[in-house]
Amino acid sequence: MKILVAVKRVIDYNVRVRVRADGSGVETANVKFSMNPFDEIALEEAVRLKESGAATEVIAVSIGPVQAQETLRSALAMGADRAILIQTDEAVEPLAVAKLLAAVARRESVELAILGKQAIDDDANQTGQMLAALLDWPQGTFASKLSIENGHAIVTREIDGGLETIRLALPALITTDLRLNTPRYASLPNIMKAKKKPLEVLTQAELGVDITPRLVTLKVEEPPKRKAGVKVADAAQLFDKLKHEAKVI
Amino acid sequence: MTREQMEIDCVVVGAGPSGLAAAIRLKQLKPDLSVCVLEKGSEVGAHILSGAVFEPRSLNELIPDWQAKGAPLNTAAKDDHFYYLTRSKAYPLPTPPPMHNHGNYIISLGNLCRWLAGQAEALGVEIFTGFAAAEVLYGEDGHVKGVATGDMGIGKDGKPTETYTPGVELLARQTIIAEGCRGSLTRTLFERFDLRADCDPQTYGIGFKELWEIDPAKHQPGKILHTIGWPLTADTYGGSFCYHLENHQLIVGFVVGLDYANPFLSPFEEFQRYKTHPLIRPLLEGARRLSYGARAISAGGAQSVPKLTFPGGVLVGDTAGFLNVPKLKGSHTAMKSGMLAAEAVAEALDSGAVEAASYPARLKQSWLWRELYAVRNIKPSFKWGLWPALAYAALDSFVLRGRAPWTLHHTPDHTRLKPAAASKPIAYPKPDGKLTFDRLSSVFVSNTNHEENQPAHLKLKDAAVPIAINLKLYDAPEQRYCPAGVYEIVEGPALRINAQNCIHCKTCDIKDPTQNIVWTVPEGGGGPNYPNM
Amino acid sequence: MAVLVLAEHDNSVLAAATRNTVTAAAQLATGPVHVLVAGQAASAVAAEAARLSGVEKILLADDAAYAYGLAEPLAALLISLAENYDAILAPATTFGKNVLPRAAALLDVAQISDVTAILSPDTFVRPIYAGNALATVQSTDKRKVITVRTTAFAPAADGGAAIIESLSAAIPVPRSQFVGREVTRSERPDLTAARVVVSGGRGLGSKENFLLMEKLADTLGAAIGASRAAVDAGYAPNDAQVGQTGKIVAPDLYIAVGISGAIQHLAGMKDSKVIVAINKDEEAPIFQLADYSLVGDLFVELPKLCALLSGAQG
Repeated sequence: MKILVAVKRVIDYNVRVRVRADGSGVETANVKFSMNPFDEIALEEAVRLKESGAATEVIAVSIGPVQAQETLRSALAMGADRAILIQTDEAVEPLAVAKLLAAVARRESVELAILGKQAIDDDANQTGQMLAALLDWPQGTFASKLSIENGHAIVTREIDGGLETIRLALPALITTDLRLNTPRYASLPNIMKAKKKPLEVLTQAELGVDITPRLVTLKVEEPPKRKAGVKVADAAQLFDKLKHEAKVI
Repeated sequence: MTREQMEIDCVVVGAGPSGLAAAIRLKQLKPDLSVCVLEKGSEVGAHILSGAVFEPRSLNELIPDWQAKGAPLNTAAKDDHFYYLTRSKAYPLPTPPPMHNHGNYIISLGNLCRWLAGQAEALGVEIFTGFAAAEVLYGEDGHVKGVATGDMGIGKDGKPTETYTPGVELLARQTIIAEGCRGSLTRTLFERFDLRADCDPQTYGIGFKELWEIDPAKHQPGKILHTIGWPLTADTYGGSFCYHLENHQLIVGFVVGLDYANPFLSPFEEFQRYKTHPLIRPLLEGARRLSYGARAISAGGAQSVPKLTFPGGVLVGDTAGFLNVPKLKGSHTAMKSGMLAAEAVAEALDSGAVEAASYPARLKQSWLWRELYAVRNIKPSFKWGLWPALAYAALDSFVLRGRAPWTLHHTPDHTRLKPAAASKPIAYPKPDGKLTFDRLSSVFVSNTNHEENQPAHLKLKDAAVPIAINLKLYDAPEQRYCPAGVYEIVEGPALRINAQNCIHCKTCDIKDPTQNIVWTVPEGGGGPNYPNM
Repeated sequence: MAVLVLAEHDNSVLAAATRNTVTAAAQLATGPVHVLVAGQAASAVAAEAARLSGVEKILLADDAAYAYGLAEPLAALLISLAENYDAILAPATTFGKNVLPRAAALLDVAQISDVTAILSPDTFVRPIYAGNALATVQSTDKRKVITVRTTAFAPAADGGAAIIESLSAAIPVPRSQFVGREVTRSERPDLTAARVVVSGGRGLGSKENFLLMEKLADTLGAAIGASRAAVDAGYAPNDAQVGQTGKIVAPDLYIAVGISGAIQHLAGMKDSKVIVAINKDEEAPIFQLADYSLVGDLFVELPKLCALLSGAQG
C-alpha cells in the first residue's frame, strides 16, 4: 500500500503573524516557515504505518514555491521515501490543491492519503474532504486514532463533545487531529540521508489541472482590539451581570 | 543508547557572521573538505540580533561581488548624529571618529546571515539548523575531536519521552567555536585549556533592540542617531542607537554595560523609558512595534581576547570577543576573525597539525588587531564615570591616537554589584502599552518558544544561593537584568525560573553575582525566532 | 437568492449551531431559506427546525444512511439538491466542516470557511492565522458554499412555521461505515469545544487551591483551563494550558481566576465572547480585555460565586 501525504509550507507556528500596513496580506519576508504542524502528524502516521508493515511507500507531496523543497526535505528526513513538488508561485486554493493531489494520487495509485486537517495559515479545513470527494473515496477526518485492518481503515474521529469511530473501505482519505501522534524529530543523520532521496518537480500543466483562483482576497486586516469592560464590586454583582446583561449563565 | 557518529573535516558551532565567514573561507580555500555548521536556532538568523550598522570591509574581502550576488545591504548609512541627553533635552555632541559611518550600511544582521548561509551552502557547506552543540568531545590525548549535539525528546524529569532522539557525535579534525558572546561550550574550553590565563577578564554589555514600523513622513532612510546620558546616570556605561532602515522601519536600541553597580538597575526598563525622551518619542508615536530582542555583547576589547587556539580547534567571533566598542561594531571583526581562523585551520588540516597555531599570528598582522588595539583604552576608562571617560576618549582618540603606552584593565562584571543595602532603589514608570512595554509582551514579539517538556536549560550550581545570597544581599538582581522575565521571586520566597521565556542573551550567566547560574543549550530549535533583527 | 442550510442534530434535537447558521443564511438570502434535516427518524428535529423564524421550508431526508451524519451520503444528498439554491451553508462545527467541503468539491466550488461576517452576497469576512488576521474575500463562483462561525451570528429564535417536505433521494452505497460514538470522554467538555471555560492561574497558589476551579467548573458545566504559570507550577496538567503555546479557546464565557494575563495567555483566549477576570492585582493586564473585572480576593469571591451559581441551578 502506497500512502500519499500532503505537506504545506506555512509561517512557523511560533511566529506572530503581522498584517501588512497596506492590507495586502501578512508579512512573509524573512519570516521563518516550516511544515504545517498537522501535516507533520500526517507524515508521522504514514511513516509509522510503513514501519509497522502496513504500508510499502510514503510519498510526500507539496504544492508551492521552490522553497517548499525545504519542507519536502524535512518530510524525507522524517521518513518519507520520496517527494513530489508541484511548483508554482501562485496562491493555490484548497479546491485546486485537492485537484492536484487527486491527479498525483491517480498517477501513483496510492491507496491511502493522509492530510493535516487544516493548514495554520488559511485555516480552511477543506483540502482532505475535497480530495476524498474528487477521488470518490470515503473520508475519516479529524482522526485521533488510525489502524488498518483487512483492507479497511478504522478511524477514531474527534467530534464536538466526544469521539466517534468509523470504518472505511480502502482506498480512503484521513485527516489528522492533534492527538493522533507526536511527530518524531528528524535526526541529523536522517537529514543527511534525506538530501539523497528522490524529489521530483512537476507543474500543474503536466498534471492537467487548472488552478485559477475562485476567491479574490480584497483585504487582510488585524482583528479589532478588545476593549476593557466594566468593573464589578463583588461576586453577587458579577453573577447578576452574567445572568441578566451578558446572558451567558 | 549510543550516539551515532559522523566523521567530517571541520565542524563550526554557530551560524552567525563569524561561523559562516569561517565556513565560507575554508571551502573557498579547500573545496574538498567536508564542513558542517551547527546552529541552535530554528533557522539561520533566528538567534541573530544586532544594531546594525555594518562595515562591509570583511565582506568585501570574503565575497567581493556581494552586491551582484544580492547581499541584503540595502540602506547606505547617511547622517550621523550624536547627542547627550538629559531628562528633557538633547545636546548635540561632535561625532567621535570611530562612529563615522560613511560607506557603511544599516542592515538586519539576521538577514545578512541568512544570505551568507546560502553562499556557504552553494560552496557545499552543510548547515544544520535546530541542532545545538551541547558537548565538546575529547580524544584520548585530550585534544578536541568534535562536538555532540544535544539529545532531543528529554522530558522535564530528565527521562526520555516517546520522541527521544539521541544526539549525534560530529567527529571533526578541527572544531571552530563560533557561539557568539559568552558561548556555553567556550566556557568549558576556557577552563579545560586555561585559555584566559594571560588576558583580562571579559567585560560585557546587554544590548536591546526593537524594530518599529513608523509613519513614512518621519522616516529618513540611512539616518543614524546615537545618544549617551539619560536615562542612565553618569556612573553607568551605556547609550542608545536609533537607525532608519528600509521599508519605513526604525530600529531603536539600548546598551547597558554589565559592570553596573546598582542591583536595582533594570536595563530593560532603562531602555523602555529611553523611548519616552522627547528626541525619540515623536518618532514612535502612532507607530507599531514589530519585534523585540536582547543579547549580551563582549566589550573587553583587545586586552580581553583569550588564547584563541587549542588542540583540535579555535575560537572565533564574539565568543572570543572581537567587538570594537567605540565603533559600536562587531560583525566585521567577527567575520574577519572567522576568515583568519579558517586560513589557519586549512593550513593545519593540510599539515596534519593538531592545533591551528598560525591563527594568532595571522590575527596580530591583520587590520582587525590594529583596529582593536588602537581603541583598547576607551571602554575601561568608563570605570571613572561618563565625563572623565569622554575626556579620556578624546585624549586617546585625538592626541594619542590609540598609541598610549599603557593599557587599562578590566574587572569581571559580576563582581561589580554593590549590596542592595548600599544602593538606591530606582522607580521605573509603568509601561503604557504603546511606546513602552512589559517584559512578557516583549518576549511575545520575539517569537520565543521552547519545547515545554524538557529540563530547564538554566542550571543553578547551588539551589539555595538565589534566596540566601542573591535575594538577601542584592535583592535578586536577576529579576531585573533578565530581559525576558525568566527569573521571578515568588512567595516563599523562592526563585522561579521560567526557562521557556529565555531569549538566549546570556546575561544571567555573566551578571549573576555568585556565578551560580549556568546557561546551557536547551533542546535544539528553542529560543527566539527573530525576523529581520 | 435561495439559501439551503444543512442542519446539525442528533436525530432528536436540533444542535444550537444550526440556529446561528440560519441567522447567517437569512442575512445572505434575498429569496427563501430552506433547512435540510437529513437523519434517521428525525421528524422531531424537522419539527423543531420548522419553528425557526425566517425559514420557509424544511427538507426532511429520513433514511438509515443519514443516521450518523456521515459525510459521503450527506454530500451526495446536498449536490442532488444544489441546483435549486444559490448558496449552501452549514455551521463550522466538526459536523459542518466534515460534510461541506466534500459537497463543495463535487460542485466544483471553492468553499468559504468559518465566515464571521457577510458583507454582500459574494463578499465575506473570515479569520485566518488562528484569528490573528481577518481576510475579506470575494467569491467568483456562481454558487456559494459556506461554513459559518457560529459565535459570530446570533441564534435564530423560534416564531416561524415552515412547511416540512419529505425527500426521497437516491441513497448511494457508502463505503464508510459507522462503528460507534463515545460522547465526551470525561464529565467535562473538551477545552477547545466547551461553551464555558474556567481557567486558573498562579494566583491560586497551590495544587490544592486549584481544586476550587473544579467546583466552579461543576456549577457551570465548564471545561477547566490553566495559565502556563499554573501549569509550570504543577497546579494543573499540561493539556489544560490555554495560550499561544497551549490551546486556543473561544467559548461563550471565559472566567480567568488568579491569572495576571501574560500575553501568551491572552493570545489563547482573546476571542472568547464574554471574558471575566478575578484577580487581586488591579494592574493585572487581563483586566484590559475583560468584559467584567472583579478586583478582589479570589478565595473570598470564588466560593461566593459558586454558591450563587449552584443556587441558580438548583
